[in-house]
Amino acid sequence: MAIGQDEIEKIAELARIRIAPGQIGDVTRRITEILGMVDQLQAVDTRDVEPMANPLDAVQRLRPDIVTEQNQREAFQAIAPAVENGLYLVPRVVE
Amino acid sequence: MHDKSVAQLIAGLRARQFSSVELNRCFLERIKRLDPALNSFITVDESAVLAAAEAADQRIAAGAAAPLTGIPVAHKDIFCTQGMRTSCGSRMLDNFVPPYDATLISNFRREGAVLLGKTNMDEFAMGSSSESSFYGPVCNPWDTRLVPGGSSGGSAAAVAAMLAPAATGTDTGGSIRQPAAFCGITGIKPTYGRVSRRGMVAFASSLDQAGPMAHSAEDCALLLNCMAGFDPLDSTSSELPVEDYCAGLDHTLAGLRIGLPREYFGAGLEAGTAGCISAALKELEALGATLVEVSLPHSHLTIPAYYVIAPAEASTNLSRFDGVRYGHRCKDPVDLHDLYTRTREEGFGPEVKRRILVGTYALSAGYYDAYYKKAQQVRRLIKQDFSACFEQVDIIAGPTTPGPAFALGAKSDDPVAMYLEDVYTLAVNLAGLPGMSVPAGFVDGRPVGLQLIGRHFGEARLLNIAHRFQQATDWHLRRPPMATGEAS
Repeated sequence: MAIGQDEIEKIAELARIRIAPGQIGDVTRRITEILGMVDQLQAVDTRDVEPMANPLDAVQRLRPDIVTEQNQREAFQAIAPAVENGLYLVPRVVE
Repeated sequence: MHDKSVAQLIAGLRARQFSSVELNRCFLERIKRLDPALNSFITVDESAVLAAAEAADQRIAAGAAAPLTGIPVAHKDIFCTQGMRTSCGSRMLDNFVPPYDATLISNFRREGAVLLGKTNMDEFAMGSSSESSFYGPVCNPWDTRLVPGGSSGGSAAAVAAMLAPAATGTDTGGSIRQPAAFCGITGIKPTYGRVSRRGMVAFASSLDQAGPMAHSAEDCALLLNCMAGFDPLDSTSSELPVEDYCAGLDHTLAGLRIGLPREYFGAGLEAGTAGCISAALKELEALGATLVEVSLPHSHLTIPAYYVIAPAEASTNLSRFDGVRYGHRCKDPVDLHDLYTRTREEGFGPEVKRRILVGTYALSAGYYDAYYKKAQQVRRLIKQDFSACFEQVDIIAGPTTPGPAFALGAKSDDPVAMYLEDVYTLAVNLAGLPGMSVPAGFVDGRPVGLQLIGRHFGEARLLNIAHRFQQATDWHLRRPPMATGEAS
């Protein structure tokens, strides 16, 4: 499947990765090669084949709805780039 | 001491032939002397090593030793270590000091094993050459112009060069087996769910699995005994009871039926490697096994299916790296969007970005059915191929890789060529099976690996077969000249 530069820009935006303008061409070429290789899948007849999400076909294990974890906010926030009063700081979002 | 097996080191510690402090000092000294040529370690904390070794000596003296007490073990830098940087080979986590231990790390600490250091790897475990690390490429001890394989290349190189007696790795598409093959060591990827993934930085959650890397199957069994088991903190961890992997190592191979998939011996396999594999299979025959030709008809689809599923899961898993809670953050973001996009531009290397983009594309509206769902359907066909084979045979054998280690830089600029390296290993992860690589000879001084693939939870049988093979051969005892001091 051919993929254009504009589409790569759209995906990069969805993935929240900035691509420098000078690199868009190269990234597009590489991704096109990978998708070209992956396109072999389209030739396979998979009618009536159930998609396999887990190699052991295991289902999500449930546990009783009780608190088992201690609050470790301070330990977790100690490694954050910017915190204040127990909150993570990011650039202003609402005026 | 450095040239002894883990089993021998355990015996030596127990017999007080040497202390854990002496043992660990020996490996620290070797790392200092030899690792500049290999770059197999990212982090080594000498004082922490010696403190843990001293504690181990006291525990041994008190008669309270567990099997691995006092044994130095290197860990791939993908496992979270409380208080010690866990980089995953990425700039994104260069400053990340985890507030907790991975379950695997806790298991080793509980046994009193000494955390010797954190090993280098492809960034976020995405690669087959250990060249994409933020900390620079790892070199192969057999020839430092060659790659060690990847992504657990640091662990493989460290063990091969006797900088550590054993190490851990992770395998999402071959990342334990392929570097084990390239470096001439033994490595096993257990069944999906056998070893806890908790605290192991996630790449592709339905494929990731941790395993041991060491010189011999016996040493791998000793480590796997400490690693395997149910973990309530990993939602896909298996509740099946764990066997003692050392107990059955000596079982006979008489009556063993080994399946040889004809697709693994086709045009892509290099002649030298094919010769080594065929000699190894003859050896297994001499030990009592029967060789049976089998077929895995969907083998040609493993690379395309894997390169949809793994990137799709990676794009989801790696969305957590946003510059807000931990890890790299770009300087002076003008707004939240700039914070996210520039942090991720700076923090991730080219291959990680490519996989995130491919995965995002495969999961995006309008393409999901054509890519992700299709790949998951093909994944089932691949698994069914194996199930059909295991009705005829007990294990499957073949080459781990199409050829031996290639030169540094040879494929680093061609992602698709690099992906083809994993042609024989990916299917094992897609099907969730255990697989291992066992040293099986050399081509022009470069090690070759024999791959053994077992039934789900058949690790003990694989280790048994590999052990018997190693009792009859000495490939696993060969050491690279740079590590024995014989290099000119």
